[in-house]
Amino acid sequence: MTFWNDPVNFIGQWLQSVLVSWGVAPDVAQIILLVLGAGILGVLGLVWVIFLIWYERKIIGRMQDRLGPNRVGPWGLFQPFADMFKIFTKEYITPDGADVVPYNLAPVLAVAGTLMIWGVIPFASTIFGADISVGVLFIIAAGAIGELGILFAGWGSNNKYALLGAFRSVAQLISYEIPMVITLLIPVMFSGSLSLQTIVQSQSLWYVLLAPVPALIFLITQIAEVGRAPFDLIEAESEIVAGFNIEYSGLKFGMFFVAEFLHAFTAALLFAVFFLGGWRGPFAEQFPLLGFVYLWIKTFAVYWFTVMIRGTVPRFRIDQMMDINWKMLTPLALVMVLVTAVVHALVRPIGSPVVSLVALLVANLVMLVITLQFIRNSARARRRPMVAPSTVVVARPEPQPTQSNPE
Amino acid sequence: MTIQQVFFLAVAAITLFAAVMVVSTRRIMHAALWLILALFGVAVSFALLETGFFAVVQVVVYIGAIAILIIFAVMLTRQVFLDVGPQLNRGWWIPAVLVAGLYAALVGVLSTWSGFQTQAAALPEAASDLSQFGLALVDVNAYAVPFEVASVLLLGALVGAIFVASDRKGVER
Repeated sequence: MTFWNDPVNFIGQWLQSVLVSWGVAPDVAQIILLVLGAGILGVLGLVWVIFLIWYERKIIGRMQDRLGPNRVGPWGLFQPFADMFKIFTKEYITPDGADVVPYNLAPVLAVAGTLMIWGVIPFASTIFGADISVGVLFIIAAGAIGELGILFAGWGSNNKYALLGAFRSVAQLISYEIPMVITLLIPVMFSGSLSLQTIVQSQSLWYVLLAPVPALIFLITQIAEVGRAPFDLIEAESEIVAGFNIEYSGLKFGMFFVAEFLHAFTAALLFAVFFLGGWRGPFAEQFPLLGFVYLWIKTFAVYWFTVMIRGTVPRFRIDQMMDINWKMLTPLALVMVLVTAVVHALVRPIGSPVVSLVALLVANLVMLVITLQFIRNSARARRRPMVAPSTVVVARPEPQPTQSNPE
Repeated sequence: MTIQQVFFLAVAAITLFAAVMVVSTRRIMHAALWLILALFGVAVSFALLETGFFAVVQVVVYIGAIAILIIFAVMLTRQVFLDVGPQLNRGWWIPAVLVAGLYAALVGVLSTWSGFQTQAAALPEAASDLSQFGLALVDVNAYAVPFEVASVLLLGALVGAIFVASDRKGVER
């Protein structure tokens, strides 16, 4: 193992040997390294947000026929730093009657709920925080902690708008968790494991090819979980008084934004891991660093797509948002799990990946066509007027006989 | 003392303190928040016992679903829900003595067990394999019947929730 092959584990082993040579017990050294690794991963995740903010503002700017940030540094790269230093200097205002502990804990939990996910993501074949056997469930649990942060913010602020905003947010997050969890069953079913590393390793065929419809459902639910356009009605700035974070100022407010940007990127990361093969690619096993590059390319492709959606799709109303989830995504996800399980079990004895691919693709296509037909029918039923318009007799000028040529 | 034992003692102390605060705090909202800390402590205890599945399920089910449900219920009922008046009645020492006696008896019985002083053996690698657990849930000779009965219970709860929440046609509310 050389440095360029696998830098993270190389440095880890070197540090371990240094600590042991200093007389630290090996298991204590192991724990020191784990804490150090978790700290570095968390700091890198938070620093990465600075780049994400610039990237997203730039794309959105171009989509809206603007230049985006372009004054501070080359291509405006240092604009987020300027914003960051501004927000550092702002005053923290704690509202009267706030419940101080939940109020201050909320931004921390919001960021932690996202950063915890990074702990189980396999960034490369050898670079990962922890390859736990229940990784998929861990991700769902981390999402629950993010929701807790939002509830704490709503309760602690002592503000009815914040409380209503928190209700709205948590109602949306809990609702969209259901199709998300159901679609996550499909990669678990294909790979036979809840561990993210095993899910990535078993994707010799990307799962997005085997299960395109569940992949799409997962992407939609992830966008809703992040709470971005078109699902940003929980804090629609132009229509209502923001949301659960209305009473926050300074860096505490900034932390909620950090959590949102980080969550948006993490959603793309999860999609890449579950459906796009994660770090898999040519030579990724021999050169783990290359796997990291593959994962980042895939993630940025998905992230770019979600930003495009954010920039183009108008906001849903709350009834539409709930309708999409409960009347379309949840039943479709349930049916897709059944269909995929049956088709997968039928074609697996054949043992040919091509047959599996074709059979699952056809099954997905059939389900997609049926779903679209349902949507079309229900839209038509909604458009049909309750009372048929009666034929009203209207005085209509009689067609005049064409005049003959004037004499 | 190994690092794991230090961890366990700290987590146990935090969990117990949070559990006591759940019943002794006066604001019911704070009680819900302390309950979350106590449940989280239980999850960490599961993790220390190398049962990652139960640790994560503890967080998903108890914190992600039940605690949030409790908070919703508390928030939707009354605004502050501040409890006034004495929290103990005159007979508080009877359960205290009973519980202390029960604790002493349990420790006494357990200390006669041969495995009381030994260190916990490391779990075999296969113990983290969840497929055995999953198969046991659908095996008729194992836990298929309790699992299905639990599903029926949940179905009953679902039907009840829909019945309570639905707008029945022709019924004035």
